[in-house]
Amino acid sequence: MLSIKNLHATVEGKEILRGLDLDIGAGEVHAIMGPNGSGKSTLGHVLTGRQGYEVTAGEVTFMGQDLLALAPEERALTGLFLAFQYPVEIPGVSNMEFLKTAVDGMRKHRGLEVLDSVSFMKQAREVCKRVDLDQNFLKRGVNEGFSGGEKKRNELMQMMLLEPHLGILDETDSGLDIDALQLVASGINSMRDSKRSFILITHYQRLLDFIEPDHVHVLGAGRIVRSGDKSLALELEDKGYGWLESEAV
Amino acid sequence: MSDFIAEALQMVPAEAPDWLSEQRRRGWSSWKSSSMPTRKTEDWKYTRLRALEEGAYLDRAECQDPSSPALTALRDQIHITGLDARMLVFVNGFYSPELSSGEVVGNMEVVLFSEADETQVETIRSHLGTVADRDKYMFTALNDSWLNDGVFVHVKQDRKVTTPLHVIWLTVPQREAFSLSQRLLVVMEAGSEATVVEHFASNEAQQNSFTNGVSELVLAANARLCHYRLHLEEEHALHIGGVHARLDRDARLNSFHLGLGSILKRLDVVVRHEGEGAHCDLNGIYLPRHSQHIDYHTCIEHVRPHCTTKEVFRGIISDNARAVFNGRIHIHPDAQKTVAELRNKNLLTSNKAEVDTKPELEIYADDVKCAHGATVAQLDDYALYYLCSRGIAREHAQVMLSTGFINELINNLQHPSLGEYLKPVLGGLFAQQVTQTERAE
Ligand SMILES: Nc1ncnc2c1ncn2[C@@H]1O[C@H](COP(=O)(O)OP(=O)(O)OP(=O)(O)O)[C@@H](O)[C@H]1O
Ligand SMILES: [Mg+2]
Repeated sequence: MLSIKNLHATVEGKEILRGLDLDIGAGEVHAIMGPNGSGKSTLGHVLTGRQGYEVTAGEVTFMGQDLLALAPEERALTGLFLAFQYPVEIPGVSNMEFLKTAVDGMRKHRGLEVLDSVSFMKQAREVCKRVDLDQNFLKRGVNEGFSGGEKKRNELMQMMLLEPHLGILDETDSGLDIDALQLVASGINSMRDSKRSFILITHYQRLLDFIEPDHVHVLGAGRIVRSGDKSLALELEDKGYGWLESEAV
Repeated sequence: MSDFIAEALQMVPAEAPDWLSEQRRRGWSSWKSSSMPTRKTEDWKYTRLRALEEGAYLDRAECQDPSSPALTALRDQIHITGLDARMLVFVNGFYSPELSSGEVVGNMEVVLFSEADETQVETIRSHLGTVADRDKYMFTALNDSWLNDGVFVHVKQDRKVTTPLHVIWLTVPQREAFSLSQRLLVVMEAGSEATVVEHFASNEAQQNSFTNGVSELVLAANARLCHYRLHLEEEHALHIGGVHARLDRDARLNSFHLGLGSILKRLDVVVRHEGEGAHCDLNGIYLPRHSQHIDYHTCIEHVRPHCTTKEVFRGIISDNARAVFNGRIHIHPDAQKTVAELRNKNLLTSNKAEVDTKPELEIYADDVKCAHGATVAQLDDYALYYLCSRGIAREHAQVMLSTGFINELINNLQHPSLGEYLKPVLGGLFAQQVTQTERAE
């Protein structure tokens, strides 16, 4: 589904990703861990095509297409979704309008009929319930004044409505209380199937107690420095990242 | 170069009620002794009047056939669903009974100056020209000198009028470029309440009119007025106007302004707090595009203590357009305990768009709370990216962000029906811009 080869990327002239390789098959869940500033969010932004994140070498194939040749909106339509670590507040644009515009576009792209307002409203309300957000959040400005946890749930809600092939969740578990964490985990688990894949960027083993990953990777200084199964996460929880760095040298 | 001062004097209307002649004479002499502003004139520093001088708006406005196709089209555009207002329609300055509609509003006197009875004339005379200062605002002097009619709105003591009055000034092109004047006087007696929507509309890009508009709002003690001044004008409709309000003790004015269109548009909005405890909410949006120029000069005079002002103006400036915003708050020595806040935010959607914004605080009292701020920014790249990352096309995302920027004001209008009316108009405007940029690329 996603294949990253020797990816190098710079942000404002500074090289952040330095030869990253990663392969993700259909239906797989990969966890990416790593110290602050190691480039985890950068990877997410490079994949979704944020301006100013310049790819200097390497290639990325997604769903059989050259991902890097696509505009951010085309990448989304192809089935890539990034739950932002820091979701953006957009006052004046209602969450409802935002969601409907996004879902309409996605349905059109998939050759489905666009939902009328009433049916969409119904669907949006159901998804609200699934992430335990009050319906009032649909009327408010996008993320406007949402608490940290509410923003994360709003990200999850968007993913549920857009039904991507690959969901990248950038620290969606950070700042969540334990109930919310379980809720997010069960939301993601309910979307898991043999075709849909996930990349979970996280600092905490506890998320992986709820969502069992097929692979765990450690990102260090812009590349994958170690890969393993879920036991790697446990080992990291125990020993931190220090031992990896000394090994890498 | 043409001498607009002299030319304008040639256009003084022949017929007018006698009782207006003194006002006209004063206007005439004040205008005659004025000179056209130059770059050195502080109040006109960023707004040149070349378009007015070169446009040769020398013809007088003529009465139009209400059944003309242009007017039929406009008629459908101006109706605000859900406002349930009494509509008073003028075409090129002439009252049009055919296009006007709605019930006569109980508790509210609405009459043309030319049709006012003796008592009404008395009230008009005691207020007209007492709020708008012709010596300070030269185009008010011109308006005075051209004065031959106007709309008088009068709400008597403690009357609460729920039906809004919707006054619409339509302009359609004439063979030669022409001038027209608009005048409104609203007198709110003590404890009265009402809503007045001033609405200017034209539907032809080749609109060759110059409108000189002056509205005076008089709010006695405890009166409440909800006022809108909507300029939904096309490219070439030139407009220079002013809204001048005077608030007595505990009066409340809520005034909303929208500026759309015009190669040259200048509005002076002046509010005088002359009674203790008066409050004013002043909000506005200006959206110049193409080569348009829109200039809002607001001035709040805090003359008495314990008055409050909350002012928010936002602008989106596109293409080669230019906006000017000057927000003055003047706190007189006697105006202790004033609370005043002014915010101005501008969004430039093209690198050729320009804005000059200047908040001006002049404070002569020591115990006051004042805040002001002005910002100029581009569309937020990160927000655009966020929307695009959900599959929303960049052009559409731009429209959403622009709309969102002004929706914060539109969503808070006292009359939601007006918001519903304006949203598609403004949304359409931004969408139009996007298709134009696409074509240009
Ligand atoms: N716009 C930017 N300008 C300059 N440096 C940037 C920019 N964005 C990211 N960086 C730098 O790139 C590096 C990687 O950042 P990134 O956000 O990818 O880290 P991360 O692994 O997600 O960290 P965290 O765990 O704290 O979220 C950091 O050193 C960061 O300061
Ligand atoms: Mg990060």
